[in-house]
Amino acid sequence: MNAVAKPRAVDHWRDQHITLAHGAGGRAMRELIEEVIVPAFDNGLLAPLEDQARIAGSLLGHGESLAFTTDSFVVSPLRFPGGDIGRLAVCGTVNDLAVGGAVPKHLSCALILEEGLPVETLREVLASMARAAEEAGVSIVTGDTKVVERGAADGLFITTAGIGAIPAGRDTGPRMVRPGDKLIVNGTLGDHGIAVMAARNDLALQIPVQSDAAPLNGLVEAMFAAAPGLRWLRDATRGGLATITNEFAREGRFGIVLDEAAIPVADAVRGACEILGFDILYLANEGKLAALVPAEEADGLLAAMRSHPLGRNAAVVGEVHAERPGLVTMRSRFGGERVVDLLLGEQLPRIC
Amino acid sequence: MKFVDEFRDPSTAKALLREVTACLDQLGATEQNPVQVMEVCGGHTHSIFRYALKDLVPKSLEFVHGPGCPVCVLPMGRVDDCIAIAQRPEVIFTTFGDAMRVPGSKLSLLQARANGADVRMVYSPLDALSLAQQHPDREVVFFGLGFETTMPSTAMTVLEAKRRGLKNFSLFCNHITIVPTIKAVLDSPGMRIDGFIGPGHVAMVTGSAPFRFIAERYHRPLVISGFEPNDILQSLWMVLRQLLEKRPRVENQYARLVDPDGNRVGMQAIAEVFELREFFEWRGLGSIDHSGVRMRAPYAAFDAERKFTVPNAKIADPKSCQCGEVIKGVLKPQQCKVFGKACTPRTPLGALMVSSEGACAAYYQYSTHAVEEVA
Repeated sequence: MNAVAKPRAVDHWRDQHITLAHGAGGRAMRELIEEVIVPAFDNGLLAPLEDQARIAGSLLGHGESLAFTTDSFVVSPLRFPGGDIGRLAVCGTVNDLAVGGAVPKHLSCALILEEGLPVETLREVLASMARAAEEAGVSIVTGDTKVVERGAADGLFITTAGIGAIPAGRDTGPRMVRPGDKLIVNGTLGDHGIAVMAARNDLALQIPVQSDAAPLNGLVEAMFAAAPGLRWLRDATRGGLATITNEFAREGRFGIVLDEAAIPVADAVRGACEILGFDILYLANEGKLAALVPAEEADGLLAAMRSHPLGRNAAVVGEVHAERPGLVTMRSRFGGERVVDLLLGEQLPRIC
Repeated sequence: MKFVDEFRDPSTAKALLREVTACLDQLGATEQNPVQVMEVCGGHTHSIFRYALKDLVPKSLEFVHGPGCPVCVLPMGRVDDCIAIAQRPEVIFTTFGDAMRVPGSKLSLLQARANGADVRMVYSPLDALSLAQQHPDREVVFFGLGFETTMPSTAMTVLEAKRRGLKNFSLFCNHITIVPTIKAVLDSPGMRIDGFIGPGHVAMVTGSAPFRFIAERYHRPLVISGFEPNDILQSLWMVLRQLLEKRPRVENQYARLVDPDGNRVGMQAIAEVFELREFFEWRGLGSIDHSGVRMRAPYAAFDAERKFTVPNAKIADPKSCQCGEVIKGVLKPQQCKVFGKACTPRTPLGALMVSSEGACAAYYQYSTHAVEEVA
């Protein structure tokens, strides 16, 4: 898909800002869709502009299961170091499919635009979605556009849904987990949360951190190839590693012990956390997953992950125990052990 | 990471723990009859739990978690006053984030915001001044909270507001001062504390002189301490050595930050803007003489309490709440009747469950034993 530069060359779009007319169902809306949105995503399934994408043949091979997911994106600001709302909207849905063992295939894209949004911003976001979709090897095949009056949204909200196929024999979930299983993450934690907060200037600090937003389906395929016995995968988005390990522990009714010294963290993120009093375990990620794997497959899996660009800093950060079911604890660098509970109260708002 | 890892080095910690254990043995302390050391400051409480120091020290040493979390000890009536101000249509109410969740008798500031009040989180009181300049048609109120640690920045902000001639900025002053409260704890019947780990960041402003009475009149050691785990272990060791020597005094472990004479510029700003109140109400401890400050008359124009009428209602702590006993070291958090049952960080009844620096909240969040005992 080389749609990124193409639309500029072919369209005659002159409007500078989104108006309510662009959502009214008339000529302006049709022009917006045909001249700005469709060329950005450029594919044969989207081009007919029917009310639905029609996917010929069978999506699923013998023994495969369909995975289907959806997610909404309201991040503020729309752009931040390392990504933007468009990249998040594709990666988030691709990753939700991938951590279920699915090979992501097709995405939908529903846009809610605020009156007054610069058309240039929309173009950039769509181009970013197209790039992320290309990286992930998925196509955006259907969509919807609404415009709301000024003040009823904050620039641009996106909802994506996605479908993918889970190959026969892949079975992950809490019931597969056994005591002794290892917990592995694919790299440094907290980059996205800190990058967005820094971009929002909430922190009044210059922090050299890029969001980690990335499609993880390629990495996940490499992981299944190296460790067919993978027990359970989750992406560590809102609420961070603390939240998904608590979900692991509660749903699987086992205990998890994390090892603080083993958890990969970028120095700049650690510094920001020290100054601001954040706990890295609760910070959001958009390109990080946690996997539970049988101990005997852990070394092979780790090696495979580290040879993938999105897993270079992968590390074993914890272990499953039969004791203290439902409880996550962490051995501190310092020698003590403490409980890692679910996040209390509100989270930092609108980080994805 | 430089300036962090050296204060969390496990081998240094081991050496300090050996010294602490030796001192406790020499003192004849036992699990049944432990030495009790109070860390006054909520920041210390948080570190003690986060690094599980409580589990690393021998059982013959008991940490007693003091009243030094300004968010926790704010009484419900004052939170209600905040909300009454924040709900005025002309007001932009600005606050540090950790005060957003503190429950009043009906609402927290977070809930008031959801109900339509214009409540904004700021990272510095100067952000509130900028808001006042950007919104000349609105009244911007800053929620001043904390001990001497945060008083200078609030005082400087008021001085700056005066210099800029701002008419639409005011301060809702809830600053409190730690010394009268330590005295109240020392004077309370049933008090069992043997020594103190002193508040490093308060002392950075005030210097060490205000703490001398603890050694001179109450014959208890106090060591002004940093907030990293090895700072706290070293301070603990220094307290125990004073007990062994039977020569209580004020010592400064946090010399890399604390000047014994304090911060003169900061203290001058405090003295210029603030004066002691006759008394101030503390959640969990009741009314304590001379424990809060208000704004001096020349700064009345910047005083939200004078500018807006507030209900100023006194609301009693819930009867089941035993925060006072926990603060005095008579009860451990999990021995309170409502700990982990009616009173949790999500639904705090008592002061100590309110903020992550409160002893009960830290106990609940970080302590395996507490969870197991309650579950």
